[in-house]
Amino acid sequence: MTARDPLLAPLDVAALRRDFPVLGLKVNGKPLVFLDNAASSQMPQPVIDRWNLYRKAQHANIHRAVHYLSETATAEYEKARHKVQAFINAAEPRECLFTSGTTDGINLVAQGYGRKFFGAGDEIILTTLEHHSNIVPWQMVAEEKGAKIRVVPVNDRGELLVDEYRKLFNANTKFVALTHVSNALGTITPVREMITIAHEHGVPVLVDGAQAAPHLKVDVQALDCDFYAFSGHKLCGPTGIGVLYGKAALLEKMQPYKGGGDMILSVTFEKTTYAPIPAKFEAGTPPIGEAITLGAAIDYLSGIGIERIAAHETDLLDYATDRFNRMPGVRLIGTAEKKAAVLSFAVEGVHPHDVGSLLNDDGVAIRTGHHCAQPVMQRFKVPATCRASFAFYNTTAEVDALVESLGRVQKLFA
Amino acid sequence: MDSRTLYQEMILEHNKKPRNWGLLADATHKAEGLNPLCGDHIHVSLKLDGEQVEAVGFEGEACAICKASASMMTAAVKGKTRADAEAMVQEFRDMTTGKLDPAGPHHLGRLTVFSGVRDLPTRVKCAILPWHTLHAAFAGSETASTE
Repeated sequence: MTARDPLLAPLDVAALRRDFPVLGLKVNGKPLVFLDNAASSQMPQPVIDRWNLYRKAQHANIHRAVHYLSETATAEYEKARHKVQAFINAAEPRECLFTSGTTDGINLVAQGYGRKFFGAGDEIILTTLEHHSNIVPWQMVAEEKGAKIRVVPVNDRGELLVDEYRKLFNANTKFVALTHVSNALGTITPVREMITIAHEHGVPVLVDGAQAAPHLKVDVQALDCDFYAFSGHKLCGPTGIGVLYGKAALLEKMQPYKGGGDMILSVTFEKTTYAPIPAKFEAGTPPIGEAITLGAAIDYLSGIGIERIAAHETDLLDYATDRFNRMPGVRLIGTAEKKAAVLSFAVEGVHPHDVGSLLNDDGVAIRTGHHCAQPVMQRFKVPATCRASFAFYNTTAEVDALVESLGRVQKLFA
Repeated sequence: MDSRTLYQEMILEHNKKPRNWGLLADATHKAEGLNPLCGDHIHVSLKLDGEQVEAVGFEGEACAICKASASMMTAAVKGKTRADAEAMVQEFRDMTTGKLDPAGPHHLGRLTVFSGVRDLPTRVKCAILPWHTLHAAFAGSETASTE
């Protein structure tokens, strides 16, 4: 478990829960117990209000017209970029690109950096813990360029083997892409140390922060990562918006990923001159309201404090892990020493899909399946797992509801 | 709908003790079925004697709905002609997608226990996968997918 700072003030979870209209929902006549936050988290009222305000009174296309609405939308959109910069402690706002999500950000780097700088025989290092969205974009560019994928293995607890990682480097290593927190197991990876190792070899690193940004304090300058990608909808924000942080010097030498309006300085049929970053990577009309609403979600989470959120979630994880360890016939998959509040598990004799359907009868929402991380499933020799993933608005009473519902599933299949 | 109405005794029992478990060494037809979304993965093998299903077996990693469906399917089609078995495939698909009334005329017998999946859209594919796979085996196409 990650150590909890005893000086942090505990959350008033009951009060926070009142901010989330959806948490009052009944499912099959039972109070909703939402434990699928790693897939997408819920939106609190202040964030919903921000969305509504934009739709009602601030919408127009940005960076184009001189009228009031366009100027307002542009100012709010760029204000959101500043909020992102502060949230991840980027050196400059222009290093924070708006994307459609983590997947889009990773594809942007694979296409914008990889297609320009990878060649035949080059090697890209990934890890066993990666989500498919941090595997497939690299395979696509590797196939095109004749590059190779190398993979960092994990131990039986689901922790990356840093010594094995170190051995993968050679003169052909051109890039490292690794997750900050495993979506399938919850493992918090030693990104800082792994980035240092890569930099000793002059290799840039992309961090997939989709699962980390909502739960850990992210400081891209302290990490010294070259790229960091995350999504809005896992941060209590809307879908369709995400962020790619990139060091300015790297973004400037990359090729654009998409061509179109807003990303150019001048266009003739002979030659186009690209706009400076971030516009160079934001072709077309972006998801304006989504970006502004993401800014509100960042305000909301920052108002609570990510450190306090992390402390509460660590308490929940400890409580849930203890209850699970005392349940016969339930096996936890992923028992890393440093974990985010994700419990992947198997119920003996019951397929995860059946577990998920039956928990839903009790209003308990978990994810079942391969979690878009089939290499993790293969490593632990399971076709799928059940995954309960917590947010700061979850409670120990909800952990109890999960455990009791699981008991009923076991009884049915006994 | 409450899925507990689907997890009836018969389905739980077939899940626990599947009939015709195991692949045939002397199969004349076989196919593999995959439900990529949830990871159901089964193999169906058949031995046809002329037009008649002489033997049928299955194996795989699957949820209770899929495994029970496969178990009851193999029991139902054994000894049937290929045409009758294929007709059952169609009837089963129609029932689980709401196009066939389980109370009306059909040849599905106790397989109507699966009629409730039509109200659980995420589980329809689990129940249908064995039937898709059987159909693929008959057609000699080796693989079936619910996607």
